[in-house]
Amino acid sequence: MSLETPSAEAAGGRSKGALRVVQLYPRDMNIYGDWGNALVLQRRISWHGYTPELLEYNVGDPFPADVDIIVGGGGQDSGQLVIQDDLQARAAELKGLAEDGAPMLLICGLYQLFGRFFKTRTGAVIPGIGVLDVETHGTDERLIGNVKVSTPEFGEVLGYENHSGQTTLGEGVRPLGTTAKGTGNNSSDGHEGARYRNIVASYLHGSLLPKNPAIADFLIRTAAERRYGTFEPGHPDDRYAVLAREHAARRPR
Amino acid sequence: MPLLGYIRNMFSLSVPLGKLVRRATRLRGGGSALPGLVVEKIDPGFMRRTLSTLPHGVAVVSGTNGKTTTTKMVVELLESQGLKVFTNRTGSNFTRGVAAALLGEVDWRGRLDADIAVLELDEAHAVHFVNSVPPRYCLLLNVLRDQLDRFGEIDKTAQLLQQIAAKTTGTVVLNREDPRVARIADTLTGQDVKYFGLDESLLGTFPNDDDMRAAPGSPAPAGLPEKPAADVVLRNVGADTAEFEYDGGTVTTAMKLRGVYNIFNAAAALTLARSICGGGAATANHETLLEALSQVAPAFGRGESLTVDGQPLDLVLVKNPSGFRLGLKSFPAGGYATMIAINDNYADGRDMSWLWDVEFDSLRAEGVDQLTGSRAYDMALRLQYDEVPFGSVQPEIAPALAAFIREASGKPKRIFCTYTAMLAIRRELSKITTVEVVS
Repeated sequence: MSLETPSAEAAGGRSKGALRVVQLYPRDMNIYGDWGNALVLQRRISWHGYTPELLEYNVGDPFPADVDIIVGGGGQDSGQLVIQDDLQARAAELKGLAEDGAPMLLICGLYQLFGRFFKTRTGAVIPGIGVLDVETHGTDERLIGNVKVSTPEFGEVLGYENHSGQTTLGEGVRPLGTTAKGTGNNSSDGHEGARYRNIVASYLHGSLLPKNPAIADFLIRTAAERRYGTFEPGHPDDRYAVLAREHAARRPR
Repeated sequence: MPLLGYIRNMFSLSVPLGKLVRRATRLRGGGSALPGLVVEKIDPGFMRRTLSTLPHGVAVVSGTNGKTTTTKMVVELLESQGLKVFTNRTGSNFTRGVAAALLGEVDWRGRLDADIAVLELDEAHAVHFVNSVPPRYCLLLNVLRDQLDRFGEIDKTAQLLQQIAAKTTGTVVLNREDPRVARIADTLTGQDVKYFGLDESLLGTFPNDDDMRAAPGSPAPAGLPEKPAADVVLRNVGADTAEFEYDGGTVTTAMKLRGVYNIFNAAAALTLARSICGGGAATANHETLLEALSQVAPAFGRGESLTVDGQPLDLVLVKNPSGFRLGLKSFPAGGYATMIAINDNYADGRDMSWLWDVEFDSLRAEGVDQLTGSRAYDMALRLQYDEVPFGSVQPEIAPALAAFIREASGKPKRIFCTYTAMLAIRRELSKITTVEVVS
């Protein structure tokens, strides 16, 4: 069976334009398959008839121009320490992009660091870059397992959480959704993730985008509209995403 | 509970009692750890007391990948030198499993007739174990992304290995090529540290977890200190041979083991065996050591080859991204029909994220014939995004396996499977061919 969904170019048509995806700190912040999110964006941009351009930004690199989508993953505590200074040095650029409506996907560790601060169990405060009005507190409790979230924008979102930091949302952001299984942001309010302008922030790995193509397409549509004024979708074949979602939703925590 | 209290004071009773429980559970066909649990409850000192009498003490093998095969190799290497070895062969790599295995071997007075114990222990349980029984030797293989849902983070897993090394009283054997393992040396003070290593030319075939994290094409992080000398270095891997360097010379030996990662673990086993028997030509007999090494067969499910309908059928256990990558690299797809079986039961790990850390490009040309397991559709989705064509997707393992064997008749077959998927596949295969079934 062939699963290739030919891009416009491969089918002899013209590309609807290039879209530039920047992976934030893939060397230090890419755990639990977060690479899958970048891969899904790359492929789906092409399946929608646009030309993907996937770039990496690591500590010390020059920051790429003309960014259309930013995707950032989770990391270990050690990874967060490595990127901390560089992230602070890029705070103005990232904040500018966010306020300008650039779509971003921030998972776990970078979700936390795009917030105001992360306070560790020992009381040390790691400053975030304050793009998101959220704060995170380290705990001794590790929240681990399958998660199902009901969201107003993307329907049911499925993923896997693994974190000990607990995040509380301020008034400047709204939750991505409400957990129907699993814990999400923290063990008290039943919320998962955060939404602000065109940023989707979440604790969910899985990877998140493969089984939640609605979020991937939101990021791509927003990027295309921002760059070209309109988005003309293609027709990605999502039958296996649908089946994988059905099966994943039935698995235990 | 007064009765238990009385029994606890009567050391002499705990062993016969444990042995009785062991017999009873065996008759029932039940789990291997229960008798261990019983003896642990009534006589917590049993394990330490028994193991401390061994003339060569205890060697612990731990790490993410390759514990079972490496332990098997160490045991066979030591036996080739005439040592009597106690090991936890049942694959129950928890402390209770060790106690249960001990009960099977001791006499009714609790004495163990062995020169040394070589124990495979899961990282977290190893820490628990070494706190009660400090080992004389430990061999630490690697720290990779596996079961992070259990241990949290790789750096935490590395800390567990560090604690094992710190409790070791004699020699600590470390993987020079895994930075998280090699760095443990800096934290040790009294122990003798030995490394096993890889030739530069082979480094590329063994991505460590840091290499894997970066996307293809990005440079490895700089600033790694200069590598220490290794006791044994794997220089080259041929079709069925391997070349090792030690004591300033290189030797080529035939190997029954398949897969480069198994052969790298042979270098690990050789280093530990040399530490135990005494390195250099004087003590260990290297001819018999190498002969034993060349004869080691893979442990259950680790690159095993069965015969079905006159054609080979290989089972390749894949538990984590690095293992899956190495499996794909070690067993090229050409000429083989391929099935992938992905379960997400507790023993497999529930998180499917790891599939996205594996690249499946090498399967693109030949495609994959069958996908099965409770997460067959996650695997299908993964292949779709790597543009790898595939045949049918059937979460139920029995019908999928039957269809795979039927449709690929006359062709060699290979199945990449997670742990519980492998157990199910072996049960099915046992109906049509000779295969060891482990429940």
